[in-house]
Formats: sequence, structure tokens, C-alpha cells
Amino acid sequence: MKELKIETRNLSFYYGNKLALNSVSFNMYANHVTALIGPSGCGKSTFLRTLNRMNDLIPGTRVDGEILIDGLNIYDKDIDVVNLRKKIGMVFQRSNPFAKSIYDNITYGPKINGIHKKEVLDEIVESSLKKAAIWEEVKDRLDHSALGLSGGQQQRLCIARALSVNPEILLMDEPASALDPISTGKIEELIFELKKTFTIIIVTHNMQQAARVSDYTAFFYMGEMVEYGKTKKIFTTPDKKQTEEYITGRFG
Amino acid sequence: MDTKIIFPEDRESLNLHETEESTAMDPQGQKDPNAFVFTKESLKKKIRPSEFLSEKLITGVAFLSIAIIVLIFFFVFREAFPIFTQKEKKSETQVTAVIPEKYGDTSSGNTVKPEQYGAETPTPENKEEGKTEIKNTGNVIKPERYGVPEDSIQESTGEEEYTGSEISQLTPAETFHLSSLFGKEWMPVSERPRYGLIPLIVGTLKVTLIAILFAAPLAILAALFSVAFAPHWLRETIKPAIEMLAGFPSVVIGFFALTIMATALQAVFGYETRLNAFVGGIAMALAAIPIIFTVTEDSMNAIPETYSEASLALGATRWQTAFFVVLPAATPGIFAAVLLGIGRIFGETMIALMATGNAALLSANPFESVRTLAATIGAEMAEVVFGDTHYSVLFLIGALLFVFTFALNAIAEFYVKGKLMKRFQGKLS
Repeated sequence: MKELKIETRNLSFYYGNKLALNSVSFNMYANHVTALIGPSGCGKSTFLRTLNRMNDLIPGTRVDGEILIDGLNIYDKDIDVVNLRKKIGMVFQRSNPFAKSIYDNITYGPKINGIHKKEVLDEIVESSLKKAAIWEEVKDRLDHSALGLSGGQQQRLCIARALSVNPEILLMDEPASALDPISTGKIEELIFELKKTFTIIIVTHNMQQAARVSDYTAFFYMGEMVEYGKTKKIFTTPDKKQTEEYITGRFG
Repeated sequence: MDTKIIFPEDRESLNLHETEESTAMDPQGQKDPNAFVFTKESLKKKIRPSEFLSEKLITGVAFLSIAIIVLIFFFVFREAFPIFTQKEKKSETQVTAVIPEKYGDTSSGNTVKPEQYGAETPTPENKEEGKTEIKNTGNVIKPERYGVPEDSIQESTGEEEYTGSEISQLTPAETFHLSSLFGKEWMPVSERPRYGLIPLIVGTLKVTLIAILFAAPLAILAALFSVAFAPHWLRETIKPAIEMLAGFPSVVIGFFALTIMATALQAVFGYETRLNAFVGGIAMALAAIPIIFTVTEDSMNAIPETYSEASLALGATRWQTAFFVVLPAATPGIFAAVLLGIGRIFGETMIALMATGNAALLSANPFESVRTLAATIGAEMAEVVFGDTHYSVLFLIGALLFVFTFALNAIAEFYVKGKLMKRFQGKLS
């Protein structure tokens, strides 16, 4: 029942000469949520951003090793980064809706993919907003600026925007770190819903959140993947001392 | 499953608790006399004279700068004011004196008196216009043109009160009438001076339009390239290089336009007049590009990196991101940049003087010589009689420049805030 979706093999990442990820290898499964935890600067966000090659944008970086998605190495020379990113949605730490209307925020992705028919766009807007559980709140003001929404709404709008191009994988970089508990709860509910259709990788600083939403958890420390396994096991009987100390908050 | 939370009370038992020392206490446990204590004395209102003074000083400077701007406008307008008052009466009395003249009468007293030309009278007179839209005056006046001897060419007057007979021997001050400001001829130093501002205004707008059409796209696209595409080292080179151009003396640009560009452009486009609105416009664009570029670039740089990241993560290419995310988000800044550019072009004097040909022709052809408002002041102010009508009209032109710039800013501000932002960024709820 578990379908292998993403596999990393000896993935190392360098900012200039500085080693940020050291030979990370593990598997992520389709329709499951994988949480990446670890202290700041441990490389978990870097790892997340290697999955859709966002790190390519930073000059002076280098990747070693392989990332296989559905058995295909995404760092292969023939891979078109633009098409790759269409398959892998991303939600950022700070909600970053464009300074456009709510409607235009959602249609941006489809439009750059060449969809211009009004009916199709309308449909995408409605279904994306519904999937992100924000449709009811904004359906009457689609022509209003997205910047007028609250923080939590903006973040769900960003999720809807990521879903508008029909990705298979959803990367979330601390999606709830700037939100209050109620908005966070809504996002977590949403993650539960979304994992039926998508493979979700989430970076979080919030232990409880990782415990609540993820099926698998990987603990990163100093650029290395220390421990990886079922979330329940990691949080109750971790194999490594470091993991336990981090989870109980005794080190960081 | 559930993580263990360490409450502050538990820290002691876990031995994590460091022995803390209150900062206000010295090792003996006695109170530090300098420590802040909550007493009525220590919280009493204090007068801070230096702060008060600096605050007032800043306020004063701010008001002074505003006052200076207002005063400049006031002064310019005051100098222009006489043309609205006393001069009018004189001209009316003169008009009655000359009334016997008939329009349309082409054959009459052939006494031709060649005009004496001041040094800066525009030389290439409007031959075609003079022929087409003239109101024929009674007497044949020698056309203000060198080397055209025929008496048949009639003078155009631009307004009807003046018959322009040479008999009347009017002095410039006496012939002025307010409505003549709307005339189609600008000939302030001819024997029968005409102060029609229309050709100057049209000329200025024509040059400005040409210059901004040339400068704005170039500067905006250059800024977009610099922000969205250029590698780091190139951006660090382009920006200072272009900004250096902003401090380039316009007389040098004018000289360059006059000597090199005019010839080159004439060779390419093959128009008749070497110095014209087109050459002037392009030269002024050179002056405006650095300003537009810098302001646009700054406004684009201020757009959060996360916008582009979000766009790229959706599978947009770099140019899609640049055009559909960065550019729209920077619209207000770009608008401000273009306005600044227009302001620069509008008031540009030296380049206009040197490269536009300085003939106050009224035509839509971009390859005809023009005379701009600013260049008119620049060229004529030095030779004008103090307090004369001509003098006042020149100040009126100065006031007009003020008003135009102000109106432009006001309209643009209103438009940007109102329509454009709504269109690009959605309604603000």
C-alpha cells in the first residue's frame, strides 16, 4: 500500500565550500506526510528546496548525489526545471500572495501554463480554493486584493495557489510558523485532507505539529539526517539519544 | 507520542536552572544606588531642551522649504501679472486708431518696410502655414523672412485686433492684448510682436512625448533586466554606470546631439530640417533614462524575493516571473519614475536650445523644428527689456511650466491610486 514517491541517494549540498547537507538518503511515500524536524540551520529547509530545485537560483551552490522522483533523477541534465516545478508545489514560511486580486493569485499558475479560457479558469479557482478550505470565506470578494486577507487566510490562499497547477507533491516550509493556533489548526486539518491526493513534505519547528500531522519523521542535525522512521516511533522510542533530547526540548 | 513539556517549575529538579543574579544587586545583596526604582521622583516628567529644540528646528526647516517653493511660484507669477492688467487698455486705444483697415484687401499701400531682426528671431519661418491660414492684413508687410522678396506673401496675424500696418508704428508694449496669448505665432521681437503661446506649448508637448516614448520603455526594460536577469557582478556595474549618466551636464548631451546625433539621424531618416523635435526628443531621452532607470530599479528591488520564489515554484519561467509578477508589483514605483522623467524633460532647457532647432512652428510633424517653453525662457530672458510685455510673458511661461508639472503630478497620483492599482492589485477591502 505504500508507494515510493521520492528517494534521495547520498544527497549532499554545498553553499560555496560550506557543506549544508551531508549524504542524506531516505524514502518518502506517496499520499503520506513526511515531516522534517531539527534545530535552525540543520539543513532541513535546504533539503526541502533541493526537491524542487529552488536552490538552483542561489549562485555558487552545488549538489551531489541523486533525487529520484518516480524513479527519475531530477538533477539529470535533460530535466526541465520549469516543468519539474509544475509537478511540485511549494508553500513558503511567510505567506506570500502576489499583490493582485484573489482571483488573479489563483489563475496566475494556470495562465502561465497556457490556460486562458474564462470558464476553465473559474473552475480552477473554485476547486483550488475549495481544496484549500478557503472558498467559503472569499467567494464573494474574489476581485479584492489578496493582501487584505488575514495571515491565516493568506497562507491558505498560497496553498490554493500551489494546488492550482495540479502538482503531485506539495512541499511546505514551516507553513504555520507565523500563524495563531486557530489558523494553524485549520492548516493541519487541511494537510490531512490534502494527503489523500498529494505527497506532502513539511518542514516544521513545532514538535506537536510534526507529531499531529505526519506519518513519517526525519530528524536533521548539522546537515545530517540523524534518524528517520514512523512518526510514532520517533516520538516515543527513538533509537538515537540526540533525537530524544531534541524532541523533549533538552537540547537545541 | 506526546512530548514532555518542561515547565519552569520543573527546571530546578532537572538541574537546568542556572543560578541567576539580579542585575540590580551587587554581590553582597545590597541595592545598587544607580538602579532604576519606581518612585514618584524617578518617573517625574523631565524637560528635554535639546529634543524640544531639534524637533522645532526640523519643523521649521520643513516649513521653510515648502514656503520657498510657494514663494518661487508667487514671484514668477507676480512678474507675469502685469500682462493681465494695464497693458490691455493701451492696446485697445491703439486698435481704434487703426480700425479703418479692411481684412481681405490684398492690394493696398505697397510701402514695404523691411523689419529689423533681433539676433534670436526664429529664422525658418512657417512658409506653408503663412500661406494657408492667414487672415490677410490690409497692408502688405514684408514677410519676416530673408531672401523672399515678393510682396504677395501675406503676414498672418493670429488675432484680429491688429491690422499690422506699418504706418501705426506701434511699440511692442502697446500692441499687446491678452487674447494674443492664444495666437499661433511666437514673434516677440518683431516690429509687430506676437506672443502666441500655442506653438510653444505644442512644441514642448511634442518633444516631451517623443522623449518619453523613447526613454520610458528603454529605462524600464533595462531596470527589469538588471533586477531579474543580470548576474550579480553585471548588476553592480550597470547601476552605478547608468546613475553616473544622471549627473551628466545636459549641455554636453546637447552638444553631442547637435553635432553628431543630428547628422546621424538625418542620414537614417532623411528628413529635411537637421535640428528638430525628433533629435531633441531623443537627446532629452538620454537625460531622462538614468532617472527613470534608477527609480524603477529601486522600486523593483523593493519587491520581496518571496514573490519571485512563489512564481518560480509554480513553474513560471524567469521572464514570466519578471513580466507578470515583478513588473506589476512595481507599477506605482514605475509610474513615479516616469513622472520624474517627464518632469526632467519638460524643464530641460539646454538640450532644447541646442538640438530642437528653436523655431516656433505649429505642426504635428515630429521632424519639424520646435521651440519649447523652457528654451524660450532660456533664449530670450537675457535680452528682454525689464518690465516689458515680453518680459512678463516669459514669466508667464515660467508659471505655466509650474502649473503643468503640478497638474501632471496631481492627475497621475489620482489615477495611480484610483484606477491602476485596483486593476493590477485588486480592490482593497
